[in-house]
Amino acid sequence: MTAATVALAVPSILEVDGNLWLSLLLKVGAVLGFFFVAPLLVGYMEHKVMAHQQARLGPMEAGGFHGWAQLIADGVKFIQKEDIIPRAADRWIFAIAPGVALVPAILIFLVIPLAPGGFAEDLDVGLFFALAIGSISVIGVLMAAWSSANKFSLIGGVRAAAQLIAYELPLVLAAAAVAIQAGTMSLVGIVEAQNAFQIPGTDIGIPYAVTQGIGFALFFTAALAELARPPFDMPIADSELVFGYLTEYGGMRFAMFLLTEYAGMVSMAALMTVLYLGGWTIWPGVVTPGCEVVGGLTSCNLVGTLIGASVTMGKIFMLTFLMIWVRVTFPRLREDQLQRLSWLIFIPLALLNILIVAVAKVVL
Amino acid sequence: MKLKLPSLPELKVPGLAKGMAVTLKTMLRRSVTQQYPHEKPDLPPRTRGVIALMEENCTVCMLCSRECPDWCIYIDSHKEVVPPKGEGARARTRNLLDRFAIDFALCMYCGICVEVCPFDALFWSPEFEYSEYSLAELTHEMPRLRAWMDTVPPPPMLEEGAEPPKEIAEALKGAAKAAAPAGAAPAAAADGGATTAAASTTTAPAAAAAAPREATPAIHVEAEVDQAVYDQLIAEGKSERVARAKAKSAFVRRRRAEIIAARGAGTSEGESTKGEA
Repeated sequence: MTAATVALAVPSILEVDGNLWLSLLLKVGAVLGFFFVAPLLVGYMEHKVMAHQQARLGPMEAGGFHGWAQLIADGVKFIQKEDIIPRAADRWIFAIAPGVALVPAILIFLVIPLAPGGFAEDLDVGLFFALAIGSISVIGVLMAAWSSANKFSLIGGVRAAAQLIAYELPLVLAAAAVAIQAGTMSLVGIVEAQNAFQIPGTDIGIPYAVTQGIGFALFFTAALAELARPPFDMPIADSELVFGYLTEYGGMRFAMFLLTEYAGMVSMAALMTVLYLGGWTIWPGVVTPGCEVVGGLTSCNLVGTLIGASVTMGKIFMLTFLMIWVRVTFPRLREDQLQRLSWLIFIPLALLNILIVAVAKVVL
Repeated sequence: MKLKLPSLPELKVPGLAKGMAVTLKTMLRRSVTQQYPHEKPDLPPRTRGVIALMEENCTVCMLCSRECPDWCIYIDSHKEVVPPKGEGARARTRNLLDRFAIDFALCMYCGICVEVCPFDALFWSPEFEYSEYSLAELTHEMPRLRAWMDTVPPPPMLEEGAEPPKEIAEALKGAAKAAAPAGAAPAAAADGGATTAAASTTTAPAAAAAAPREATPAIHVEAEVDQAVYDQLIAEGKSERVARAKAKSAFVRRRRAEIIAARGAGTSEGESTKGEA
């Protein structure tokens, strides 16, 4: 993007003029708040959706109403647990591995726009930042696997590494196609570009999920694999590896890995919302009530911001629901099937997708 | 060089969609889960929950204790001398129960003790909520076993058309024999009316003459399942067992009504019906 656009960009609503420290505090608070609340909601949704899809009820006691406080109760339980480090483990690495996995999961939320102005930071390379930071989690996983001094952990960790490398490629390639079509790597810029996108020759706006259906499907599946969610949960395959790289973990450290997974679901769903579903817009081209579009930039009053944020959250929850739904439905893939799927199908398809998008971008 | 690429059917997309449809449909259906502590289960009356003791029926024959595969029934007793009943009789002894306990921590709920008791001292009760914090408290002593008697349901109704229990049939036969020479039909009819199936050949005609409604038990109809009623009950969601029993009794009732109607219409045609008086 040109410098002019950056200068024109709508600032974050958390920005306080001339007060760096207050803005910083607000942004960190907002990101941390979102990080701790959204994964809890997703975790609760997983409990309930999974239960009902298996003809059960799920948690019904904690908190009184349909077990709404189950995850809070779980958290309290995790805190109370003894912190066990195996004698043969590499103590320091073992202790900091959950943090290494957790921190990138928090950092992704820095760049995710929930509404016009409803973000902490609008980086020019937001997409690049999100994908790069997201890949750091694998180092935490490998550290956990190696330092546990446990064969199951190690096998799980190696599987995780192989899987994350295999699926990083289709993920990044699919995202690259979006960046090509939008002409920017800023996540806010992608939403705005998508908002302005119309079927060539008409004035009907469509989200990138339609123009890049293949890319969306690839990104979604690769995201599942990146998060090691069933049916791609070979790294923790409980019937083969006890619990993979999490075997030796318990209590708070285990909870941190768990939180990482749910935060990962939220951030991946948020990325998909931004890249393919039009972000905060109800439908590309439709101006959200309380907002106005001036020169390709959306600015909103408080109501518009809230509506935009709810629309984004709605899309995020729809996608996480889809992830849970897929998890409940399909059995785990075999390790070789997983690798074959990525290298022989997904990567060629992703390259094809880029080719089509690039050609279309130049021609139209 | 030939690289083996997976073909598209290998992705099995329709199958995947079908699987998603199954889970979604399951999610949209109402769950059948019972919220147990808040919602008591609707157990069948003959559920094997706990064993109750009717201690005055117990003769300390020790059959239950000996047949118990887990050896979880403890019985202590002592003998008591009963003074002679009359002149020239001799004193007798009888067993008095001191302790009767069942260790439900060992019990495997096979029901052999209930089955084997010749004096109807042991019964099944459907109560099941008697968990304890210590194993020792699962040994229920006499007062506790006695208290369970209050929860024992009455014995199940006999199926219509079934033979009466032996002791009732014997008693009725005796009563009828005693009453017949005197020609006291109403007395016999009253006796016969007490049970639904008094299959006494001598009393039936007399009773029929005295009160037409009381005559119905005398008509024996072989019970068969009325298919229409059975199907309807199954459709209403009744269990197979209940539906079968109700369909049988509906069939018997209908046959009886037919037979009675045939008799009322013309006694000459009444003989052709299948019913036997």
